[in-house]
Amino acid sequence: MGYDPANPMQDRITDIGPPHYEQFFPNVIKENYGKWLYHEITQPGVLKHVSESGAECHTVRVGCARLISVSLIRDYCDIADKHCDGIMRWTTRNNVEFMVDSAAKVQPLLDDLAAHGQMPVGGTGAGITNIVHTQGWVHCHTPATDASGVVKAVMDDLFEHFTSMQMPAQVRVALACCLNMCGAVHCSDIAILGVHRKPPMVDHDAIGGLCELPLAIAACPLGAVKPKKATLENGEEIKSVTVNEDRCMFCGNCYTMCPAMPLADDEGDGIAILVGGKISNSRTAPKFSKMVIPFLPNTPPRWTETVAAVRNIIDVYAKDARKYERVGEWAERIGWEKFFEKCNIPFTDKSIDDYRLAYNTWRCTTQFKYTSHIK
Amino acid sequence: MPKHDTPMMDQLESGPWPSFVKDLKIQAEKNDQCWDILGQMELSYKDKITHWKHGGIVGVFGYGGGVIGRYSDSPKQFPGVAHFHTVRLNQPSSKFYSTDLLRKICDMWEKRGSGMTNMHGSTGDLVLLGTTTDQLEPIFWDATHELGMDLGGSGGNLRTPSCCLGKARCEWSCYDTQAACHDMTMTYQDEVHRPAFPYKFKIKFSGCPNDCVAAIARSDMSVIGNWKDDIRIDQAAVQEYIKGNYPPNGGSYSGRDWGKFSIQKEVIKLCPTECMWMEGDELKIDNSECTRCMHCINVMPRALRPGVQTGATICMGAKAPILDGAQIGTMIVPFIEMTPAEGGEVSGGFQELVEYIEKAWDWWMEEGKNRERIGESMQRIGLPTFLKVMEVDVIPQHVKEPRSNPYVFWKSEEVPGGFERDVRAFRKKHAQ
Repeated sequence: MGYDPANPMQDRITDIGPPHYEQFFPNVIKENYGKWLYHEITQPGVLKHVSESGAECHTVRVGCARLISVSLIRDYCDIADKHCDGIMRWTTRNNVEFMVDSAAKVQPLLDDLAAHGQMPVGGTGAGITNIVHTQGWVHCHTPATDASGVVKAVMDDLFEHFTSMQMPAQVRVALACCLNMCGAVHCSDIAILGVHRKPPMVDHDAIGGLCELPLAIAACPLGAVKPKKATLENGEEIKSVTVNEDRCMFCGNCYTMCPAMPLADDEGDGIAILVGGKISNSRTAPKFSKMVIPFLPNTPPRWTETVAAVRNIIDVYAKDARKYERVGEWAERIGWEKFFEKCNIPFTDKSIDDYRLAYNTWRCTTQFKYTSHIK
Repeated sequence: MPKHDTPMMDQLESGPWPSFVKDLKIQAEKNDQCWDILGQMELSYKDKITHWKHGGIVGVFGYGGGVIGRYSDSPKQFPGVAHFHTVRLNQPSSKFYSTDLLRKICDMWEKRGSGMTNMHGSTGDLVLLGTTTDQLEPIFWDATHELGMDLGGSGGNLRTPSCCLGKARCEWSCYDTQAACHDMTMTYQDEVHRPAFPYKFKIKFSGCPNDCVAAIARSDMSVIGNWKDDIRIDQAAVQEYIKGNYPPNGGSYSGRDWGKFSIQKEVIKLCPTECMWMEGDELKIDNSECTRCMHCINVMPRALRPGVQTGATICMGAKAPILDGAQIGTMIVPFIEMTPAEGGEVSGGFQELVEYIEKAWDWWMEEGKNRERIGESMQRIGLPTFLKVMEVDVIPQHVKEPRSNPYVFWKSEEVPGGFERDVRAFRKKHAQ
C-alpha cells in the first residue's frame, strides 16, 4: 500500500477538500451548536460560554509560537487526551484552545499546562494576545526582517500583558516581514513591518536566464524599471533592465517577478512601525495602521530597538487612553500631533504620504493643536 | 546532519514566551535537518538577509498549487535544507482537530518532512514546513488516503477559505460560518487546486461585525454576519450590569480598576449613532438608527444580542499594500440570506452567495490584469461599473459620501439624443 512511483495515477484521490469540521467538535460544542447565550472571561486566558440549555464550555487559551514542531503538537495532544476528550483547536491568532465542559475541570488543566513550561495561558480581553506573523528568515525568499525571532523578542517583553487584562482595550500586534504582508498587518493596533531601503541591483549575468524582461518592467508600479542593454564581462551585449533609483519605493515587486533583481541588504533592510489600525466595526469603522516610525535596524537576536519602540507606544497608550479606546481611536481623539508628542516619537517627512491617495491624509483645516512640534 | 554553532539562536531559548528555538532543538533529535534550519537561520541573523533562493516551481500531479518550492542558497553548508518545500494542507473549518488526526499528521510529517509546521499559515492552512521534491507525491498520497486531507491553495487561485468559529462557541454569529466555509471550499475545489485567476482570491467568513478572522482587511470577498431586525434586550440583565452584578465586556477589563460601571458613559455615550437612551429603568434603542457596530452588545453580552433576522454583508476588494496600497473591503451587498444546503448536505447551499462569487469571478477573469487583485480592478475600472457587474442596486450605503468632483462618465444612452451630433448643424447656430 501507499504511493507507488511506478503507477502514480493508481487509486489516486483528488479534490476531497478538508475533513468535515463537525467530527472534531467536543460534545458540549456539538450539543450546543448555535445555542450559546453569553460568555465571560473568568480569569486571564479562561473563557466560559453558557448555552441556553445551561451547559457550559470552559476554554483555556494558550500562547503558541506558530512555528512549532510535531513534538510540541504531540504534547498538546497529550493534554487534550487527558483533559478534553481528545479535541483541541487553534485560533486565528495562532493560539491553542483547550475546552472542557465544567468549571471543576479547569484547574487540573491549568496545572498541567503550567507544568509543561511552554504553554502560557492568556491572550483574552483587554490585553495583548499573540502576534500574527509571517515566515521571515526561517522560510521566506523575500523578507526584509525575520518573523519568529522578532515575535519572540517582542512577546517576551510584552508577556505580562498576555497574561493580564490591564489595557484600555484589546491590542492586536502583527508582524509582516516584507511589504507583501502575508500577515496583512495593515489594520493592526501595532504593526511591525519589514521594509527595504535600497533599490534592487540588476544581476546582468543572470537576468537572461531567470526573467521575462517585460514582466520585470511591468512589475514596477512607478515605472522605475526600464529596458536597457548591458555588457557582460566577456563583452557580450545583452538585453537587460535599469532602475531609476529616484523613483523606487522599495516595494520589492520587481524581485518577486524577477529573481535577478535582489533588494536584500544588511543595512538597507529593517523594520517600520505602524499603529492605530483595527478590524472590528465596533464604534468606529475599520482603520488602516499608520506609519509612525519609518525605520528601525535589524538587530538580531533581540531587536532591542523594535522591542523598545513597541513597549513605549503600549505604555503611553495604556496610561493615556480611555476605557474601550483602541490605539487608533485614542490617537484620533487626541490628534496625531499629540500622539507623536506623548510617545516622544520624532515626526519626519517619511510619515507624510506621497503615494496614491496621499491627499486624503493631508490636513485641510485650521484645526490643529499646538504641540512642541510648532516652534 | 551535525549541530552548528548558533549563539544568536540559542539566545532565543530564554524568556517567558514559548521558544521556537527550544522546540526546533527538540525536533532535531528526531529530524536532524532541523539542525540545518537553525544553522541557516543563525547565518541569516549574522548576515541580516534571507538565505532562501527565489522561488522554485514544484507540485503534485494535476494540481497547480498547494506546494511552495523552496531551496537554500547555501546547500553545501546546510544540506538538510537544500530542498525545503512547503506543503499547505487545507484546515478543517475553524481549526478544531481530534488528537487522533493530529497525531497521524505528526507521524506522517516526521517521516516525510522536517517535523516543523506552522499552525497555521496566515490564510488558514495547516502548513508543513520543509520537505524534498521526491516526498511530495507520497505526502499527497498519505494526506488523501490516510489523513482524509487535501492541499490548500497557492498562486493565482482561490486561496483556502477560512472562518471564525461561529455558532460552535459564540453567541453572536449571525450565520453558520463553518458550514459556509466548508461548503464554498467543497464547491470550488477546482478553483482552489488549479490556478485560473489573474491573481490570488481570498474569501473569509466572520459571524458578526467584530470580524474575528479579519475578513474585511484580508479577503477579496469578506462575508460578515449581520442582522436586519432589532437588537434583543433582556431588561433584567441590563439592571444587573447597572448594579454591577455582571462584569462589563464579559470580564475583559477585570485586570484594572476602571471604577464603577456606568451605562451612560460606557454604552450610551459610546454609541456612534446616539440611538440609545434610558427611560426610567428601561434601556431603549432606536433600531432604525443603529448601524450594528456591536459595541453595546460587546459591553453587555448577557443583556443584548443581535436580532433574529440574520444573514451577512458582503464587502469586497481588501488586500495588503502590494501594489496600489492597502485596501479595506468595500461594502457591496448590504444583506443576503445565508442558507445552508438542505438535508445536511455539505455543499450546494448558500446560493445567494454563490451567485455573487461567480459574477465577480466572471468579470475579474475577463477584465483583471495579470497579478491584479480584484480590489485593484475595482479601483482601476470604478465602483459604478463593478456594482453593475454584481447586479446590485446603487445605494447611498455604497459610499462614505458622494463624490466631490463633477467628472461623471455619462453614457451616450443616458443623455437625450445621445452622443451622435452634426457639427455642421451646430455651426449654423454657433459660428466659429
